[in-house]
Amino acid sequence: MDIRNIPKEKLQFAEGGLQLHDQKFETKPIGFLKDAWLRFKKNKGSIVAAIIILLIILFAVFGPVFSSYAVSDCDANYALCRPDLGLGLPFWNGDKEMRLNDNYLALLYGIGFGAEDYDGNGNVTWQQATDSEYACIVSTKDSVMESGMHYTYCDVDTVMRVGFSYQTITDVEYERIKDWENANGIRVIYPMIDYDSEFCMDPDDANCWYKSIGKVPITKEGGRASLEYLQANGFEDNYKRDAEGKVVDYVNKDKTMIQVRVLYYNYYRYMHDGSRPTHIFGTDGQGYDIFIRLASGARISLLLAFGVSIINLTIGAFYGAIEGYYGGVTDMIMERISDILADVPFIIVATLFQQHFVQTGKVSAFTGLLFAFVLTGWLGTAYRVRTQFYRFKNQEYVLAARTLGASDMRIMWKHIFPNSLGTIITSSVLVIPSVIFSESMLSFLGIVNFQSKDMTSIGTLLSNGQKYLSTDPHVIFFPAVIISLLMISFNLFGNGLRDAFNPSLRGTEE
Amino acid sequence: MAKFIYILKRLGAMLLTLIVIYVMSFVLIKLLPVEKSIGQGNAARIEEARREALGYNKPIMEQLWIYTKNILTKWDWGTSWKIDYMADVGDVIASRLPPTMLINVYSLLFSIPMGVMLGIFAAIKKNRWQDQVISVLIMLFISVPSYVYAFLVQYILGFKAGWFPLVTSSLYDAGGSWFSWTMFHSMVLPVLSLSFGDIAGLARFTRAELTEQLSSDYMLLARTKGLTRSQATVRHALKNAMVPILPSIISMFVGVIGGSLIIEQIFGVPGIGALFLKSINLKDYDVFMASSMFYTVIGLAANILIDLSYGFLDPRIRMGER
Repeated sequence: MDIRNIPKEKLQFAEGGLQLHDQKFETKPIGFLKDAWLRFKKNKGSIVAAIIILLIILFAVFGPVFSSYAVSDCDANYALCRPDLGLGLPFWNGDKEMRLNDNYLALLYGIGFGAEDYDGNGNVTWQQATDSEYACIVSTKDSVMESGMHYTYCDVDTVMRVGFSYQTITDVEYERIKDWENANGIRVIYPMIDYDSEFCMDPDDANCWYKSIGKVPITKEGGRASLEYLQANGFEDNYKRDAEGKVVDYVNKDKTMIQVRVLYYNYYRYMHDGSRPTHIFGTDGQGYDIFIRLASGARISLLLAFGVSIINLTIGAFYGAIEGYYGGVTDMIMERISDILADVPFIIVATLFQQHFVQTGKVSAFTGLLFAFVLTGWLGTAYRVRTQFYRFKNQEYVLAARTLGASDMRIMWKHIFPNSLGTIITSSVLVIPSVIFSESMLSFLGIVNFQSKDMTSIGTLLSNGQKYLSTDPHVIFFPAVIISLLMISFNLFGNGLRDAFNPSLRGTEE
Repeated sequence: MAKFIYILKRLGAMLLTLIVIYVMSFVLIKLLPVEKSIGQGNAARIEEARREALGYNKPIMEQLWIYTKNILTKWDWGTSWKIDYMADVGDVIASRLPPTMLINVYSLLFSIPMGVMLGIFAAIKKNRWQDQVISVLIMLFISVPSYVYAFLVQYILGFKAGWFPLVTSSLYDAGGSWFSWTMFHSMVLPVLSLSFGDIAGLARFTRAELTEQLSSDYMLLARTKGLTRSQATVRHALKNAMVPILPSIISMFVGVIGGSLIIEQIFGVPGIGALFLKSINLKDYDVFMASSMFYTVIGLAANILIDLSYGFLDPRIRMGER
């Protein structure tokens, strides 16, 4: 039969009625990001790192909300308080081990004693004094003799150690404190000391409320009181008394102001609506709360790092894409420019930026530093993007797109760029720890100045803490821990991302 | 010949970069407000004459010309007005070099063998517990900033244990010699803090390179022809692994001169980093300019050395080829 002359009625399409197509995927398609996530999930270290980063970000963002302090709150009386978690643990409880001579030991015992003995009757037992809420000596340990002096090792509560202080206030304020005292049953104002008397060892120190000669407390008879004597008989008070022998609460300072002696802990509660001083991370040498300063510092560092990372990503992606895509003379000229920029030492750039723009008051320290980072920071991203573009620009799918008439812009951003996304994301994440490190270094060295009442940075906290390294290491401990955690986690996280975005590792299990 | 031309090309590019950075830094530094002279009497007249000779009252471009001419003809880098009054900047920098270089050389002498050995050990014990411990330590020491271990060693070894002084001795305290025992003893802490990072970096690099070499085909061949594992490792794998490691060690030696600003600050080392910071704080601009150039040259030299040493160590890498 001749194929060319098939009668119409006999012609049938073999599969005319069927619709031919591939079977639908029964599983969901795995996209680029999903694929990366599947691989990232397997890397336990990176997951932990990501969680730690998240926690630190939460700390930086929400820390100030939960803290009862503001960044600018500063109480010089409570300088160098030890960290106190407030859970009654045997450590992290606001205590500091001190080596005290007998006179100083008596002075500190005197705080608890004086706080209980608010009428000046002297009918307070030693037991009451040491059990007092306001006693600052928590426990005593061994005592030693050294070059003829007797020393005792004690755990001292750093908040209570402040004890009493003189305040100059108005009459109105005085009445208000008295009302508050009655309402809450808490004693704020204590008897004034007769600081003109010969028995007062330091007229400026409100804690020297007992009679003493040459810093040594005296007995009833006027002799030197030993610690055992004090334990049995208590201190001899040196309060100012009126004609009837009653203790005096205040002295007139001038026409409008009066001077009172307050128990600072309770005065603080009066000032802060009853809340107690709680310094989870302690306070620094000026009396700033380290928790809130650290949250604020971490926030500055992270903001700077994210800002730099995003700007670098944008500039670097454009620059690298143009270099890589057009190649030739364009590439050569742009490469020379970035070669020169790459060799400019960062520290010199940062210094010059600070000297020219920040110290003259044109921009803030933050902006100045941001510019310094951005000036050379994008080179790395640009280099990586350029390499990726060189790799992909001659591949068949790009050729196909071009044949179909896609514009250069479309080929660059729709076809090539998504393929280099993994490398770019990884490099932008790895920029973050290096920015945090450089920022902390620059502010540590004092080249960049973030030191102000409302702002600080981790590097500034570290450089302030260095002074107290030997006496109060907690000032430097917390900033150092946070920055170390940040660096470790970002590096682990970045490495995890790098492996996740590398499809050649798919299915390889070690 | 191609090698020679390539080196010349690289040097030319380096010179061009240097000139650009030099001009830019000079102009930017000279745009900063100038400090008034501080001398009195006779000193003031000498100071004025010196300032006049350096062209302090002339336009910036003219000053640049005078400054450059002085450097090229007399190796004169200007005058320090604050740090060492009226001293030659070249001498000021030269006097701060020994402590910086000493600390860094000590640190390298300690960290290079340590780092390479740890890396080799980890590579040989790959995926066993020793390797895992070393890898975790490497991760920690690479990530944690160097000043954190500086504080740690200062607090633990310096303050708590009291074995070493907290800050570096001055030349006077050490009896006038950089090589005295007092000096060395006081340098232990900065050397240690500098070394941790270097050790970790080298160990990671060595481990990565060596594991790659150990799993390559020629190792199989070497074992097949009868070499023991250690013979094959030392004679073949290690040799090849060293190709990328050596250049980085060379660049570390160039970095010795630059030192570490932050470690010098923490341990009070009277070195070049301290000089740089002091020149910024005191606005001693000629010193600032000269020390900036010093850092730039070191950076450039390190880069070029790495590049060239690859070619010399591994004949398969043809220099200058694209």
